[in-house]
Amino acid sequence: MIVCAKQIQDPEAPPATFKVDPAANKVIPPAGVEPVISPFDEQAEEAALRIKDAQGGTIKVISMGLEMKRTVVLKSLSMGADELYLIEDPALAGLASFSTAYALAAAIKKIGEFDVIFCGRQAADWDAGQVGSGIAEILGIPSVTVAKKVDAVDGRIRVERVVADGYEVIEVETPCLITVSNELGEPRYPTMKGIMAAKKKPTTVWSAQDIGVDPSKLQARTKLLKLFVEERVGKCEMMEGETIEEAAANLALRLREVKVI
Amino acid sequence: MAENKGVVILAETLDGKLSPAALELLGGGRGLADELGEELSAVIMGSGIAGLAQDAIAYGADRVYTVDDPLLKDYQTETYVPVMEKVVKEASPNIVLMGQTAIGRDLVPRLAFRLEAGASMDCIRLEIDPETKLLKQTRAVYGGNALATYVSEVKPQMATVRAKVMDALPRDDSRKGEVVTIDAGLDPSKIRTKFIEKVKEEVVGIKLEDADVVVSGGRGMGDAEGFKELEKLAGVLRAAVGSSRPPCDQGWVPASMQVGLTGKIVSPTLYIAVGISGAAQHISGMSGSKNIVAINKDAEANIFKVAHYGVVGDWKKILPPFTEKVKELLG
Ligand SMILES: Cc1cc2nc3c(=O)[nH]c(=O)nc-3n(C[C@H](O)[C@H](O)[C@H](O)COP(=O)(O)OP(=O)(O)OC[C@H]3O[C@@H](n4cnc5c(N)ncnc54)[C@H](O)[C@@H]3O)c2cc1C
Repeated sequence: MIVCAKQIQDPEAPPATFKVDPAANKVIPPAGVEPVISPFDEQAEEAALRIKDAQGGTIKVISMGLEMKRTVVLKSLSMGADELYLIEDPALAGLASFSTAYALAAAIKKIGEFDVIFCGRQAADWDAGQVGSGIAEILGIPSVTVAKKVDAVDGRIRVERVVADGYEVIEVETPCLITVSNELGEPRYPTMKGIMAAKKKPTTVWSAQDIGVDPSKLQARTKLLKLFVEERVGKCEMMEGETIEEAAANLALRLREVKVI
Repeated sequence: MAENKGVVILAETLDGKLSPAALELLGGGRGLADELGEELSAVIMGSGIAGLAQDAIAYGADRVYTVDDPLLKDYQTETYVPVMEKVVKEASPNIVLMGQTAIGRDLVPRLAFRLEAGASMDCIRLEIDPETKLLKQTRAVYGGNALATYVSEVKPQMATVRAKVMDALPRDDSRKGEVVTIDAGLDPSKIRTKFIEKVKEEVVGIKLEDADVVVSGGRGMGDAEGFKELEKLAGVLRAAVGSSRPPCDQGWVPASMQVGLTGKIVSPTLYIAVGISGAAQHISGMSGSKNIVAINKDAEANIFKVAHYGVVGDWKKILPPFTEKVKELLG
């Protein structure tokens, strides 16, 4: 099994710490906030670990990025994955979905045989949700997206796929690619034993050249014109009262007054 | 290769009718097509759907491609992508739009990679650039903390559109259009997935997406018991009950009640957020609401930045007298 996991800036950092540099079209990482593995990617690894717990197998994790913090990316090994591949190359930094999928697909080809690739449903920074399907398309394998449960049954993979009013059960042949959503449940915490074991597990660092990718050929299909924060102009009318109960009643009166109820 | 012209939308069906998302896309697609002086085509695929073509025309399409095949009864990536690829190659459009639905979010990236085109997901604004005539695609990024505008010079320009971003047109049965039947041409032996079943998670009461009033609770509700108090208020207001993500993750309420970036998008007349801090990912799902009320014990909570009316305090003290007063006023 292969898991693609991306290091990102913490998506649950307080909204007030979020800043962009509009001239550079870039997000300014908040000072003092530790990066994390994109939460959906941790759930993707959790899905793989549950299959490993039940049926065995090995899990190889690929992370692509720049200046990845070892303490952050090594978490995937402490959670229970067997090998880590880091693709770190300035030439591959900040790629759009299209090129990211090509680079990851190239790394997966280099790793070789696999049954299932797991990705998060979307990276919790750019929220594009295209890389997983893109890798599957490039590799020519079937994909099932937004999974909340994944089981290996008689050589096939049985997936519960989240839809608006419930879920669908889909069976897919291997090799295949599955993207995982938070409905899968909390990813496990690394145990002390897991953290110790991680230090002895193999980590490989690859450049673009190592995976046979020519960065100049990776052309984004979309162009970012503008990155901006929309100021919220509205202002909140706070309900007051002698007591909290009175403030609550005043809220009802006010909503009635403006004919909202 | 033929010149890329026209706007193509995928019109999804729901319970044997065009879905609300399909009607919104027809309305919004009509506007974009008119601005470009091009045609709007709708694609309807499924099993036994041919009769819906006239509906798509009445809601704005100039042309409807219908693909009717038993193999298309349920959505599967393995069947819908090749069929959509076939239709897009036939239509050679300038723009392809789908809803940000279970279908659109799965189909569009895979199709974009197959056609080597670009796509923007979950757009909240789509405009034609007056100079380049390209489609400017604006979407929320970083959980909704920022917005990003993209263009794609590769045709077709593809995007999915967030629910309630576009407006449906009123039905007009005098509109005329052309219906083109396309053969799915699927080879069952090449389908590598099997649709086993769909499991519906019934939600009692009013559907979130359709509700005019939504009462949502967050982690601050404390437990499943806390939501009972919300249900009382919802009963009085005839509202649907929603939730931020933590109560779903904790199992206090079903996952289908989640409002936000990765949950339901709602835009009711009144949205009441109780014990919700106002993370960008939650606001993404409800900021289109006309009136937002926040009840939170933390006066600095981010939710007050988007709310129109607020009460600072413990919901346990606020909800019962509020519900009482509303009942009295409506009674
Ligand atoms: C990729 C990604 C996608 C996500 N998608 C979504 C999504 O779709 N929807 C979503 O909601 N979240 C989503 N989240 C999670 C989101 O980031 C926040 O963690 C979540 O919205 C916080 O929920 P909350 O406001 O209920 O909880 P908290 O942030 O913990 O806030 C609880 C609030 O309750 C208040 N409170 C506590 N007790 C009381 C009381 N007795 N009376 C009154 N107030 C009280 C507190 O002051 C606090 O403001 C996503 C996160 C990621 C990373």
